[in-house]
Amino acid sequence: MSDILAMTAVAARQALDNKSISAVELTEAYIKAGQDTAENNAYVLTTPDKAIDMAKASDARIAKGDAGLLEGIPIGVKDMFCTKGVETTASSRILKGFVPTYESTVTQNLWQDGAVMLGKINCDEFAMGSANETSAFGAVINPWTASDGPLKGKALTPGGSSGGSAAVMAARSALLAPGTDTGGSIRQPAAFCGLVGLKPTYGRCSRLGIVAFASSLDQAGPITRDVADCALMMTSMASYDKGDSTSIDAPMPDLMAALTKAKNEGVKGMRIGIPDEYTIDGMPEQIVTLWEQGRQWLEDAGATCVPVSLPHTKYALPAYYIIAPAEASSNLARYDGVRYGQRVDGATLDEMYAKTRGAGFGDEVKRRILIGTYVLSAGYYDAYYIKAQKIRRLIQNDFHQVFSGVDALLTPSTPSAAFALGEEDKDPVSMFLNDVFTVPANLAGIPAISVPAGLSSDGLPLGLQLIAPALREDTLIEGAAMLEKAAGFNHVASGAAS
Amino acid sequence: MTDVSSLVEGRTGKWEVVIGLEVHAQVSSQAKLFSGASAAFGAGPNEHVSLVDAAMPGMLPVINQFCVEQAVKTGLGLNAEINLFSIFDRKNYFYADLPQGYQISQYKQPIVGEGSITITLADGSTRDIGIERLHLEQDAGKSMHDQHPSKSYIDLNRSGVALMEIVSRPDMRSAEEAAAYVSKLRAILRFLGTCDGNMEQGSLRADCNVSVRRPGEELGTRTETKNLNSIRFIAQAINSEVARQIEIIEDGGTIDQETRLFDTSTGQTRTMRSKEDAHDYRYFPDPDLLPLELDAAWVETLRQSLPELPDALRTRLMDEFGLSAYDAGLISEDRDTAAWYEAAAAGRDAKLVANWMTVELFGALNRMGLDLADSPVRPDQLGQLVERISDGTISGRIAKDVFAIMLEDGADPDQVIEEKGFKQVSDTGAIEAIIDTVLAENTDKVDEYRGGKDKLFGFFVGQVMKASKGQANPGVVNDLLRQKLNG
Repeated sequence: MSDILAMTAVAARQALDNKSISAVELTEAYIKAGQDTAENNAYVLTTPDKAIDMAKASDARIAKGDAGLLEGIPIGVKDMFCTKGVETTASSRILKGFVPTYESTVTQNLWQDGAVMLGKINCDEFAMGSANETSAFGAVINPWTASDGPLKGKALTPGGSSGGSAAVMAARSALLAPGTDTGGSIRQPAAFCGLVGLKPTYGRCSRLGIVAFASSLDQAGPITRDVADCALMMTSMASYDKGDSTSIDAPMPDLMAALTKAKNEGVKGMRIGIPDEYTIDGMPEQIVTLWEQGRQWLEDAGATCVPVSLPHTKYALPAYYIIAPAEASSNLARYDGVRYGQRVDGATLDEMYAKTRGAGFGDEVKRRILIGTYVLSAGYYDAYYIKAQKIRRLIQNDFHQVFSGVDALLTPSTPSAAFALGEEDKDPVSMFLNDVFTVPANLAGIPAISVPAGLSSDGLPLGLQLIAPALREDTLIEGAAMLEKAAGFNHVASGAAS
Repeated sequence: MTDVSSLVEGRTGKWEVVIGLEVHAQVSSQAKLFSGASAAFGAGPNEHVSLVDAAMPGMLPVINQFCVEQAVKTGLGLNAEINLFSIFDRKNYFYADLPQGYQISQYKQPIVGEGSITITLADGSTRDIGIERLHLEQDAGKSMHDQHPSKSYIDLNRSGVALMEIVSRPDMRSAEEAAAYVSKLRAILRFLGTCDGNMEQGSLRADCNVSVRRPGEELGTRTETKNLNSIRFIAQAINSEVARQIEIIEDGGTIDQETRLFDTSTGQTRTMRSKEDAHDYRYFPDPDLLPLELDAAWVETLRQSLPELPDALRTRLMDEFGLSAYDAGLISEDRDTAAWYEAAAAGRDAKLVANWMTVELFGALNRMGLDLADSPVRPDQLGQLVERISDGTISGRIAKDVFAIMLEDGADPDQVIEEKGFKQVSDTGAIEAIIDTVLAENTDKVDEYRGGKDKLFGFFVGQVMKASKGQANPGVVNDLLRQKLNG
């Protein structure tokens, strides 16, 4: 059994193709792994019968020689993706009982390629959070534990908002997990759980059928065990979709070829920028050391690393926490109790709205709706929303300028390793700081990847981030493959199923 | 500049009325503005609702290119500037029939900028009314509060239907001008085929902004009366609002800037919500939609392919057919009427055809409660009738009798003339015989006439026509009578 769960998706695909294992066997192993690690609270809904049916269909296609890119691979779907006939709640009380009659384009792409659905995965409510603590289903527990230090013996956060997705990957209760990333929601949990997480170029993955948080920032992407799985899954998830007006009609570079190229040639000739502004006050020494180590690995593999400046970086977080809530305040207006989800009756329409939304949304969602409503209000719009948009443009320009001289940027993924659950949620601003390295890529709409690069002194995973120009996911895969090889990260979470 | 003729007399002197209109015109289109659902009128509740229209989670709007084309055509028809770059914004407010919690509209950068249209008033004078802008937006659904004692029902068929909001400059100075503006705008939209203009179905609605001021002074505070769905109501609402405002100011009060509703049963307006209750709509660019960018060459192609519009048609009717401005105005009000006229007038006395159409035919259709499309008389039949007057086969008076029969059974005029023996008698021998008889029977009057009582000439004509049962050619009768009486 442990051999089955230890396989990456690429390895499992080979095993399925050469019939050394069946899709049903693989799926059954993951269903059991989910049951064995249920205390993580990562699955909000399991669909074992559906999974077995899909696995049987995969076995039939494999037998016919009709296997798709992800044929027979069991995946757990973040609860932000609408799944036809399967309850979808965005981990919010307000959507309790909502069963979509439609499938998101991204999950449709995954099913089309033969993936098998294990169930729906916990996340921060409407993907608003960095610790998976805002979920109506309760917090998710990170399968990783500290081996030493003050965090030893404490339940840790898997990060957020795709905390459940990272947790099922680290717990080996899913073989692949699609996440969504608005300000770091794929990369930060991936870093906290020793996984690879890629946020592609804005527009690569269709947003159609994904519950919206902040439309101009939301992007779906893969959370995987290694870079090869990431390349595989990204290839399946991405598509041009006429149903999403912001979808990009540009072919995805051949990511599997990028992987091969990195294996054969290293990153010879690649120019990597090290942005000065990503050195922040109070950053733990081991993060600085890891970053320096990453630079060394890339240079050893043939890259040239140069210091670069992204002067407006320090404004990214404040701008993000204006733009994202502004869009969210409008996007979440549709949850009014009139047509679907939960309703709390009232004597008047306004009272019904107030009661429904008061009971349906959690504190963090309410906080962001209030912030968003405020910054869009008459008299504040220019001072907040417009100014934030101007900063966003300046940040885009910063990236545009540095990318005329370098192929990618190397930064830490997060300013710390995973922290204990329940400790940081009293101060929302310190929680927002988790996103400091990840938010700029969302504001600029450019792709970024987090790769596990080492362990903290407490034995917790740490990640390094590569950021590339728009549409250059291939550069990310090349660089990430190189970092992965050099780091040789082969640690497994103590809470992983076996 | 103050147009003295339209000033309103109050107790304390003259007032100038200032009117601006916001017209919501439903785009003629099979599908809605951002979804593929049908935009047709008249379906059962919630039969034309897509996942996007119902704002299901994760649903996204995709612009309907045809609606964009319709808006651009309309802009061109209004002689307006077409903005090659425009932006869709979200107008945020909560209401049960607004599923998204916002309306997708265009705020700061609309698809169409400044233009103008020329209106014609009853006295034949014309005025140019400025258009400030035209923008595309979604309609909301419909709340029904009368279906259940304690619940409201929602019909989302209209949710997401494409509307053009056409905003005028505050250039109108009377209810008559406002009515003429809406008529003209509706005619242009219908000629373009971009809105069917059916006000009773709600395809065309107007919000009226009205204020009054002393001539030459600063603009007064305005009120906005919402959702007027007939031209008559627009005029009534404006007149009642003008009277109300003048009375308040003359009594020493001030006008509150507010939104008002028109009560069709009383013909008065009443407060809907005051300025303090006005929404903060928190407009911002819709992040689900890219800016709308148009190709200049494509716009030019649309410009070249525009159909003939009411003004051009009116001018052509005057130039080509010699019609008066008034008749040309009546006939060019809609394209079907003009086409009907042109079919009837081809090769005939065009002015006479216009006369018959606007007076006899329109009068008859009005009495019968019929539209021109349902007229029992076809254009070629009216043309033939006029031709028979022109060629002397029948007199104008007899033609009315023929026309009455045509209206009843849709018969051809030649057939009626033949069957009823209406053919005019122009044979001088036959008419002379009748004249001789009439003169012989009225020798006293003949003497009086010859003694200088000229007015009796009409009496003789009448007697001859009567004796001929109206079929004698009046010209021939006149000539022969004159010869015989004077000779």
